[in-house]
Amino acid sequence: MPDLIRHDGIHNDEWTLVSAPEEGQELILPDGPALLPAAVWKENRNHYAGRNDIGIWFDSHEEPEHYSDLIGDLPVIAVNFPKFTDGRGYSIARLLRERYGYTGELRAVGDVLLDQLFYMKRCGFNAYALRADKDINQAEHCLNVFSNTYQAAADIEEPLFRRRAS
Amino acid sequence: MYVYDEYDRQILNERVAQFRHQTDRAMAGELAEDEFLPLRLQNGLYIQRVAPMLRIAVPYGMLRAKQLRRLARITRDYDKGYAHFTTRQNVQLNWPAVEDVPDILAELAEVEMHANQTSGNCIRNTTTDQFAGVQSDEELDPRPYCELIRQWSTYHPEFAFLPRKFKVAVNASENHDRAAVQVHDIGLEIVRNDAGDIGFRVYVGGGLGRTPVVGPVIREFLPELDLLTYLEAILRVYNRYGRRDNKFKARIKILVKAMTPEVFAEKVEEEWAHIKDTPTRLTPEAIERVKTFFTEPDYAALDDNPDALVAQRAESKAFDAWVKRNVDAHKKPGYSIVTLTLKKTGVPPGDVTDRQLEQIADLAEQYSFGEVRVTHQQNVVLADVRQDQLFELWQAIRPMGFATANLGTLTDIICCPGGDYCALANAKSIPVAEAIQRRFDDMDYVYDLGDIDLNISGCMNACGHHHVGNIGVLGVDKKGEEFYQISLGGSSQRDASLGKILGPSFAREEMPEVIEKIINVYVDKRTEEETFLDTYRRIGIDPFKERVYA
Repeated sequence: MPDLIRHDGIHNDEWTLVSAPEEGQELILPDGPALLPAAVWKENRNHYAGRNDIGIWFDSHEEPEHYSDLIGDLPVIAVNFPKFTDGRGYSIARLLRERYGYTGELRAVGDVLLDQLFYMKRCGFNAYALRADKDINQAEHCLNVFSNTYQAAADIEEPLFRRRAS
Repeated sequence: MYVYDEYDRQILNERVAQFRHQTDRAMAGELAEDEFLPLRLQNGLYIQRVAPMLRIAVPYGMLRAKQLRRLARITRDYDKGYAHFTTRQNVQLNWPAVEDVPDILAELAEVEMHANQTSGNCIRNTTTDQFAGVQSDEELDPRPYCELIRQWSTYHPEFAFLPRKFKVAVNASENHDRAAVQVHDIGLEIVRNDAGDIGFRVYVGGGLGRTPVVGPVIREFLPELDLLTYLEAILRVYNRYGRRDNKFKARIKILVKAMTPEVFAEKVEEEWAHIKDTPTRLTPEAIERVKTFFTEPDYAALDDNPDALVAQRAESKAFDAWVKRNVDAHKKPGYSIVTLTLKKTGVPPGDVTDRQLEQIADLAEQYSFGEVRVTHQQNVVLADVRQDQLFELWQAIRPMGFATANLGTLTDIICCPGGDYCALANAKSIPVAEAIQRRFDDMDYVYDLGDIDLNISGCMNACGHHHVGNIGVLGVDKKGEEFYQISLGGSSQRDASLGKILGPSFAREEMPEVIEKIINVYVDKRTEEETFLDTYRRIGIDPFKERVYA
């Protein structure tokens, strides 16, 4: 079972990320908890209602605006980084946390590398599926590489200029 | 100028440690080249044609004497004893070793300097008018706002992987725009509304490069406290919707154009409505705190035009010419703004030696409260010089090579490093600048020609700002040979405009001759009061075309 980084350490990842089915194909649920493509889930959300083993994932071009009042009870939301240089996932995470009030697990999946973990954490992620070839033992260091920051974000409500002035 | 507190110092030191760790991992093969690339770019490090290049940030152009001395030492210890002032008010080292860069950054951090976000697809160094705070026609000193933007944009977690680079410029002068705000991704102009409140006019989506655009205004008045939330709204819209499939269409100007400025503005307003009252909204206290770093120095009570100065100007024609050209009016009586020109013929524009950096530091301490400003025209400004010390200063800087009295003239050329250094360039630019300077070596003639911006870029990335030169020169590659295309009529001033291409390009050796023909048309056609740009705007491009291609 692959590893998953949470802020309290490294865990076994029990969730399976399910790709969008090909046109005309049915979605096949795996055994155990599953992350479904957000759009597929939305269409059948009544069917999955109340299940704590179903979460969703957004791709980087998707707009969480269209899900704003549906996601509150989901146990896990994942955001895909197709390439680590695609920065859209950071905005998606901040919107989910700061605008739509999502409080469950928010995980970064896809091309997740060590040097982006700190920014991801700041934008509201609290779980990271690090790319398999990266050294997971360095994650904790990289998640805490700065002890202070200038901006407000999902991790801290007040920017430094307000904390300084007081 | 701004002085770091414990927070700033700690954050910067942690950044240096972070980059050392990243460099070690890259050297050990744990980070692939494409994974290390954005990390090193956001720490200023390029791998160039002949050697690496390190671009050091000079936030909004301000430097202290101590920082200049440290730069001098770094160029000696880690480079070849010289540095290059860029067209974005930064400093570049052309020959550092990759493995030394963490040490260089540590040395910079000791004097509150860094190379943060001087490259890469992130928010770059914010630039402003080099005369900020000392000119009489500005609403307000723009530098405190630049510093607030610097802090907000430094390691912003959401905007470190934008579709493309992002540049912000701020202007406060009513009559000039020395920051070229209309050709930036975001341009901010400090204005007052009818009620007398301070705020910003917001331009978005200007830029040079492959697709030059004069940026449209998306908001006529943004109250000052809303500055950062509004910037965050613009950046969020860009980060989410800017194109990522094609590097040449990824700048915000393409998005603004595709959406139309009106729709883009609506999108920003809609986003802003959600975040305008979050704690990122500035407070009067936060602005006041930063303003305390930009208070007036201890000016003496003096009169303008002291008798001694009048006599010295009458005695020495060369001194008088220098005062006319390189000295500007200051808001305080008895003080002047002096520009040290780095445009001596035979020296690449913007280049300074380690010794010269130390000389500038000495001059700053002796004549200008220990501070200087770097200009986007690649010169250095002493902003607070007593008029009764101008003659002494002029005598001191002549042997140093800073007194070439050509500021704003044809030979004060803006020029990128070009094919001599830069991996992106299609053609060399420095030899073209030099050949033109040699052709126009009669200073009296150059003075008679008046203000002319001649800007040279070695490729269409336009680091030499050729689109907004009154005369623009662009290096192009034709089947492996270097040619130069000329455009006329550009301006980065308040009446910003983009130059129009004159016609087919020229070989390098033809360039001085071609420029001379263009200048001759101006001399023949001008009325007494007209600058080159005025004449061009009146008569159009055809007379120039006819003469050059006759």
